[in-house]
Amino acid sequence: MSDFTFTIDGTEITAKEGQTIMDAADDAGIYVPRLCDHEGLRHQGGCRVCTVKADGRSVSACTQPAAPGLTVENETPHINKLRRDLVEMLFHEGNHLCPICEASGNCELQAMAYRLDMTAPTKFPYLEPCRPVDASHPDIALDTNRCISCGRCIRASQDVDGKGVFGYVGRGIHRHVAANGEDLSHTDAEVTDFAISSEVCPVGCIIRKRIGFATPIGEREFDKGLIGHKISAKRDD
Amino acid sequence: MAEPRLIEISPVTRVEGHGKVTIHLDADGRVDEARLHIVEFRGFERFIRGRLLWEVPVIVQRLCGICPVSHHLAAAKAMDMICGVDELPPTAEKMRRLMHYGQVMQSHVLHFFHLAAPDFLFGFGAPAEKRNIFEVIREQPELGRRAILMRKFGQDIIEATAGKKIHGTAAIPGGINRNLPIEKRDAFLKDIAEMEDWALDALKLARDYTLEHAELVGHFASFPSHYMSLVRPSDGALDLYHGNLRALASNGDTIFDQLPYDRYHEVLVEDVRSWSYMKFPFIEKLGPLTGWYRVGPLARMNTVDLIDTPRANAARDELMASDGDITQAVLANHWARMIEVLHCVEKIRELLHDPDLQGTDLKATGERREEGIGVIEAPRGNLIHHYQVDENDQVTYCNLIVSTTHNNEGMNRAVKDVAVQQLSGQPEITETMLNQVEVAIRAYDPCLSCATHALGQMPLQVELIDAAGTVIDSRVRDA
Ligand code: SF4
Ligand code: SF4
Ligand code: FES
Repeated sequence: MSDFTFTIDGTEITAKEGQTIMDAADDAGIYVPRLCDHEGLRHQGGCRVCTVKADGRSVSACTQPAAPGLTVENETPHINKLRRDLVEMLFHEGNHLCPICEASGNCELQAMAYRLDMTAPTKFPYLEPCRPVDASHPDIALDTNRCISCGRCIRASQDVDGKGVFGYVGRGIHRHVAANGEDLSHTDAEVTDFAISSEVCPVGCIIRKRIGFATPIGEREFDKGLIGHKISAKRDD
Repeated sequence: MAEPRLIEISPVTRVEGHGKVTIHLDADGRVDEARLHIVEFRGFERFIRGRLLWEVPVIVQRLCGICPVSHHLAAAKAMDMICGVDELPPTAEKMRRLMHYGQVMQSHVLHFFHLAAPDFLFGFGAPAEKRNIFEVIREQPELGRRAILMRKFGQDIIEATAGKKIHGTAAIPGGINRNLPIEKRDAFLKDIAEMEDWALDALKLARDYTLEHAELVGHFASFPSHYMSLVRPSDGALDLYHGNLRALASNGDTIFDQLPYDRYHEVLVEDVRSWSYMKFPFIEKLGPLTGWYRVGPLARMNTVDLIDTPRANAARDELMASDGDITQAVLANHWARMIEVLHCVEKIRELLHDPDLQGTDLKATGERREEGIGVIEAPRGNLIHHYQVDENDQVTYCNLIVSTTHNNEGMNRAVKDVAVQQLSGQPEITETMLNQVEVAIRAYDPCLSCATHALGQMPLQVELIDAAGTVIDSRVRDA
């Protein structure tokens, strides 16, 4: 099968064989919000922030293959409300004190909250986890109170670094990432691992030590534009 | 025979926080004791344990919405020490100093115009609805306008150096994360001459008030005490950002001098009393009864040998040459505060002309240590941050002595002094009496939100409680 077309919010776009809705949308400069999906990592379809309606059915755009003639709804008030609820729940499951978090301004969760106009997260009860920070590794620290269980670090460590530094512990909303070992110092994690790089963990859970607030707030990734602005910029060009 | 009574004034209005005053009368209606209760407890020293060292200067600002910059800088200085940095690159030190002078300036201006000026202009006995900044603006629009613009200038300096007006993130262990762009410098330079003129006018207002009311000032909750602050190592000059510790007795005798501040625990001890969460520090060798001391603007005027900016130095000389009671009088803090505003403006001007502010060497590194102590002269006085950090970079110990804690004993004594003069034997609590108790506390500019985080005006509630704890009379004043 050769290239085909389908529509997202009424705009006709071209997709290549084998592309997901998100892949095709990215190429066309249409941003679909996402948290667990990351370029260079296999799709997981876990967070559901990328939910779109394809011919009226809710699907995750990061895993759903594009198909000829599909009618996809992306930026509708209904879908964005659903996404906002999901993001709100992530905030409530963790312990997120943005003003004192070194990820602030670079954090995809925080940026997504801004994009989705999350203003007062009061709908759900806070779980307020109080897990100790694992700072046992000389160059890396793990504050899992901020983990959103996106699994990006697990896939990055396994598939890219060939290691398996991270795994999940706990079930349901209590699930979070932990080092595969007594603590981080008992793994073969290195600060140069892809899994540890700034682009993999979307939040302030995996911390490269001694960087902290070296980059001023105001000069950080999402101070330059809403999350997704780089993808939408392709379309404006 | 009359029952022993307890007069309760709670919470104290216009103190930035939530305090409670009880005045304990004996059976004959004489003031037995006065206590400023600090009943709230934030548990910060525990909360910070386990956090990573470079987060600390950012986290500690949440301690207090009143002078976050002071906590930010004191913690950063402690972390400098932990990171083995004894000397910052000039750009970093000067940016931090600029931030600090901006902070002290805006804090003092806030206190003077917004919190204290209504008392100056309208008197202690004025009704509550008159004793606020809006009335100041209505009656003296030019003064009100300057108050707002001077505060804004200080806040803009903070924003340019710290990143935000309230909770900045610029000071990092071993340095700073930005310099001052030329455009910002030029914008400040444009206004600096006006700021200096206004600072001189405000100083005159505070000085004239103090001298015209020398009798009141000299007697209002006034008593001698020891004083403590940092002073510059080389010459004992006023240095709000860095120096060694000096404590002087009220007669000027040295108690200790040029003591490196990382040895503060060799000279200070903290006492605990059951009715307050706030500790009572004292100078160890003098003991708890006579070893208490005061910190803050007036304390600094007493401890330092000079001020290294000419106009503020001349102003201090005049204050120190005034009659002996004044230099010990709690209300003279207002005068001292305005001298410091002038000093800050002079320092800001000096720094703005320094090309180091545009330097790009922002951070130094050194050999890690396990312990760090950072001390600074905050607007309200000496501020001590003390941490231990383990080999994983996690905080294991934290001790803070904030200015309001240093002044704890002094505040209690000030309240008692007012109570003795005003309340003893009088069956009725007048508005003026209540106001005076507040004024005495407010003169220390306590940052009680260090313990509470409560902000804004609160209604004043006065209760007469007998010894058994029964409310026998009560009086409520709305905010
Ligand atoms: S991880 Fe993100 S959302 Fe959580 S506290 Fe940090 S900046 Fe905020
Ligand atoms: S540690 Fe970070 S990358 Fe790993 S699952 Fe948690 S949030 Fe995702
Ligand atoms: S991005 Fe598609 S499910 Fe997370």
